[in-house]
Order: sequence, then structure tokens, then C-alpha cells
Amino acid sequence: MWEYTEKVKDHFFNPRNVGSLEDADAIGEVGSLACGDALKLFLKIDPETKRILDARFQTFGCGSAVASSSALTEMIKGKTVDEALAITNQDIADYLGGLPKQKMHCSVMGKDALEAAIACYKGEPAPKDHLDGELVCECFGVTDKHIREIALQNRLTTIEEVTNFTKAGGGCGLCHDKIERILDEIRDELKQKQTTVSSAPREMTNIQKIARIQEVIEKEIRPTLQKDGGDMELIDLEGAKVKIAFRGICLSCPSAPLTKAGIEAKLKELVHPDLVVEEVSA
Amino acid sequence: MKVIYLDNNATSQVAPEALEAMMPFLSNRYGNPSSMHYFGGSAARDVALARESLADLLGVTPTEIIFTSGGTESDSTAILSALATAPDRKEIVTTRVEHPAVLNLCKHLARFKGYTVKWLSVDKEGMLDIEEVKEAISERTALVSIMWANNETGVIFPIEQIAEIAAEKGALMHTDGVQIVGKVPLDLKKTAINFLALSGHKLHSAKGIGALYLKKGTRFQPFMIGGHQEYDRRAGTENVPGIVGLGKAAQLAAQNIEQERSRVKALRDRLQNGILSSVKFAKVNGSIDNRLPNTLNIGFEFVEGESILLKLDELGICASSGSACTSGSLEPSHVLRAMGVPFTMVHGSIRFSLSRYNTEEEIDYVVSQMPLIIGSLRAMSPFGQDRLNSACVVQ
Repeated sequence: MWEYTEKVKDHFFNPRNVGSLEDADAIGEVGSLACGDALKLFLKIDPETKRILDARFQTFGCGSAVASSSALTEMIKGKTVDEALAITNQDIADYLGGLPKQKMHCSVMGKDALEAAIACYKGEPAPKDHLDGELVCECFGVTDKHIREIALQNRLTTIEEVTNFTKAGGGCGLCHDKIERILDEIRDELKQKQTTVSSAPREMTNIQKIARIQEVIEKEIRPTLQKDGGDMELIDLEGAKVKIAFRGICLSCPSAPLTKAGIEAKLKELVHPDLVVEEVSA
Repeated sequence: MKVIYLDNNATSQVAPEALEAMMPFLSNRYGNPSSMHYFGGSAARDVALARESLADLLGVTPTEIIFTSGGTESDSTAILSALATAPDRKEIVTTRVEHPAVLNLCKHLARFKGYTVKWLSVDKEGMLDIEEVKEAISERTALVSIMWANNETGVIFPIEQIAEIAAEKGALMHTDGVQIVGKVPLDLKKTAINFLALSGHKLHSAKGIGALYLKKGTRFQPFMIGGHQEYDRRAGTENVPGIVGLGKAAQLAAQNIEQERSRVKALRDRLQNGILSSVKFAKVNGSIDNRLPNTLNIGFEFVEGESILLKLDELGICASSGSACTSGSLEPSHVLRAMGVPFTMVHGSIRFSLSRYNTEEEIDYVVSQMPLIIGSLRAMSPFGQDRLNSACVVQ
């Protein structure tokens, strides 16, 4: 059962501005039947003031998709197109009093449809069209550009967060490596921006390494795993080989190899770049 | 608000008779059946009676019943025992549509324990190809684990026949019987099935109790090791209230199984036909004829399942969906996907599962509401407006 806010429920059960506009000046369409959600946004825009006079929507999707669409139309009515463009997916979520984290992609869908509609109005190609860029997630048709943009805007750092916000990686899971690479790139870029300290890896004794690994696991890794009913344990350190065992739901999770890759990336980043993670069934 | 409960494949109401039978063991009769004194030891007799009732329902002898904590423990016990007692065989045959209790355990065994798992596919009706089953089972097969009836679609597999094939090759046969027990008469003694798992709360007793049928003569290794309870086959002090409740529930199911089966089936068909005749672009998922009497899985085009569930919930109607949006993941039902149901239909699929406690009045209310719910969501949907607007289209 999802914990929807009263505002989400209100906008689902009493959606505002449902329908189409016969004489729409702009139409934005995102999503598809196969993806499980889709939104078609219709705008009536004053040619003089560029103000959005009316907005309507048609949505196929879950409760939060309908609520996000309804909220979006309420938020943009009366705004100029440029004011409307400044709305972020987080603004839509905030308007609704928040969305469950797995449902953030519904707010992103709203923002995407708005951008598509305004691009259509301006006679530009849809800028955040999911077909722009290299296709990363084939299940949901999400490109690297889209993932990159949403990840930067919302400060996403894990594959799971990317899935929650863009759906990318939520199907077969084959693209998780690619998403990880995009996240790595973003991380590297952000790091380079704050190039104050150059980071030659400090040489540590084994004891120091183990202590540091344990600390990273406790602070950075286990809380995330435990949120999903999973867990892990540090078993041993042999040279640069970090031996871990999964616990809880991670044991039966088909994505465990990716989780392992994520743990490795974290340890490389925060402890030592030479570390490799090996899963053992202890 | 009155609740109309149509989610019995998830869990079911505790029968008032079962609750009544359990109450003394939750209050003044708290003794341990292993105790020497009469106060505790007398509970052993109640446990024995419950074992007899459950054995009667399954058509087996009482010593072939092991009480457990539920369906999952029974599945794990059976599967791990079968593998441990056949160390020379390293293959497991199962299906793509199993409950996670079996599916994820088999994945785990493949990943960590070096077993080869053969995943059988189903056709668009959700049925197995018996020739494929025959091909998959060989002298290398330690265990065949196939559910008797599917929890999502209610589709029933020919388990007696598959058990014969397994026996011919010397493989053990386990079936997850959680959904079928109490709904369809069974006579396990006549079959070659070695293990059957069942769960109490799916047949009108409490959560936290289940049982494993273990065919006499089957090699066995316990899962829970400790005390001598359950003839040394499952350690741990007996869940006496749970066992007594399950015994009562089994007795109730056995008493009226044929009448209830046809009564519940009539209600299910009333629901199915009512919806199909009032809602366009709806289709039943799974074999119409080879199905549990209580289950209806139905897909609605151009709408999404979670939205339907929210609208039903507002009216106090409980059902469930194979839609991705209702679970934590974005991946919709593995069962419907394995059947090749198009994504568009999977997202809008709803499962209604009935019980003896449902009434015609409830069903008629749901039938009356479905066209309104689906209609309001389709009116909001950007898809199929043209098709939907041509009112004369009847599928």
C-alpha cells in the first residue's frame, strides 16, 4: 500500500482540468501504454502575453501519475511559458505534499510533458524527448541525456534513485552498468569542480583499511540496503580483495551483482581505488 | 464502511468456528503439549485431532502431516530436504510462474549452490506443455517443484500427471498447494506427490501456521533442528492455537468442499460475466476452464491497475493487481508476462479472489461499479479515445 498524501488522493479522486483542448496552441506527449504511464498535455496560450490561459490533460497511469498531471495543470495556469518552464519535478512533488520515492518518476513525467508542449509551441524540436541522446534503458526508452539531466537536477547518486525518478533500469536491469557509468561521470565532474584537494591515495595499513572499510559499510552502505530489507556483512580483507556476504533480501535479489558493483564503487571512492569486492556465501 | 473482500488469494478471513476453537489455547489452556502434566499434555490430543482433520482434507494419513509456520517454510523444507537427500542429482525442474517462495529459492540455489534450474514456460492460457515437462525431467533431476494452482491467475497444473513423470525418473515431486487446498477436493494418497506445502491463512485459519505433507517413505531431512516435536521432523514448540485453528478450518473445508466449490464458482462466473458484458476491452487472463473456482484475473485496456485499485478501495472493495505500480518495482507481474500477456494488458490487470463468505449482493455491487470506475479512468486516458467512443464496438 502506498502512503499517498491527502493532496495526492484529492488530485486523483477529483482531478482538475481533465480532457483535451480543441484549439490548443501546444500539445506535449510523453510515455506510452507499454511503459505503464503516459501523459498528454494541452495548452491554450495568449499570443500577446505568452500567458497560459488554459491547460488540460489526459493521463494513463497510477494514482500519483494522475495527481501529478492534475497538479501540474493547476500550477501552470496563469503563468507565462517562461515562468512555467522554471517549474521542476520537485516543485510538482512539493505541491502534492510529497510523493513516495518510487513514484518520483510521475512528477518527472509532468515536467517532461510541459517542456515538450512548450517546445512545440515555440516550434522547436521537443528538447527532452526521450529519443534525444543514446538509448540506455530499452524497457522504458530512456536516454543518457535524460538520465543525466534528471540526476543532476535532483542530485541522484544511486541506480535505485535514477529508477525512481526516470524508470530507467526498472525493467530487465541490463542497463544498470550504463546508468552506473553516467553516475560515475557526474560524480567525477562534480569532483573536478571542487578540485581543491588532489587525492593521491593515502597508504594505509591493513588494520586501517579494514577499519575504514567497516566505517564506510556502516555509514554509507548498510543503511541503504536495510531500507529495502537487505543487508551485508564484511567477512574478510585479503590484499585488495574485500570479501562480503549479502544478508536478508539481497540473497535472493536478482540485482545483487549490481549492488556489489555499487559497493565496490563506494569503497574505491572512499577508501582506496585498488579495492575489489568479492561476494562469498559465508 | 462495509468491506467487500475479494482478495482471498492474498489472505482470508479466519472462520468464526476456527477462531472459537483457538481461543482456549490463547487463554487458559496455554500448556505445552510436550509436558508430563495433564494441564499441558492434554493439548497433545487437540494437536492430534487437528492433524487428523487436515489429513482427511488431503486424503492422507495423519503421520504424513508436519505442522510448520506457513507456506514458505513448508516450501523451503521440502525443496532443501529433497536436494540434501539426493546429493548425486544437481538439477531442479520448476516453472517461470512460481510464487516467490519457490522462485527465489531456486534462483538462490542456482546462484550459490551450483544447481542447474530448468525453468518451464507457460502458454498464453498459462498452461504447461506436458511434452516440455517430460523433456526437462531426467535421471539428473533431484526435484520437480511446480505449484498446483497459480496465485495470480488461478490456473491449475496437471500435478498428478507430472508427479508420475518425476517418479519414473526417480526425482522427488514437490508442489506448492497453498492456493488449491480447501478449494478443490484432493486425494494425495493416490498420487506420486512427495511433498505438498499449504498455508493456514489462505484457508480461513490464522497467519503463522502451515503444514507440509510428506509422503510416507520419502527420504527426509528436517529444516528446523532442535527438539523432538513433529516426530523429529520439525523442531520447536508447537503453535497449538494455530494448529487447532488450522484443524478446524480443514474440517470446515472438507465438510462442504463440493457445495462451496460450485457456489463460489457461480459467484465468480457472475462477476466475470457481469464485468465482461458491461465493460468493453476487457479480457480474462488464464485458462477459462482450468482454473480455481474462486479466482478471476481480468485485464482492462487503456487503464492502469493501481488507479483501478484506488477507486475500488474508495468503495471498500479489496482486490489486487499485476500492475507494476502496486509493487515496489517497475516490473509488472512475472506470471502474466510469462504468459505473453501484452504489457498494455498487464498494467491494467486486476485479480479478484473470492471465498465462501462472499454474497451475490456483494458481487452485484462490484459489477455495478466496474463500468463506472473503468469508464472514468478511460475518460482520462489519452489512449483509445477513438475506439472507445465508437459505442457500438463490442468485443
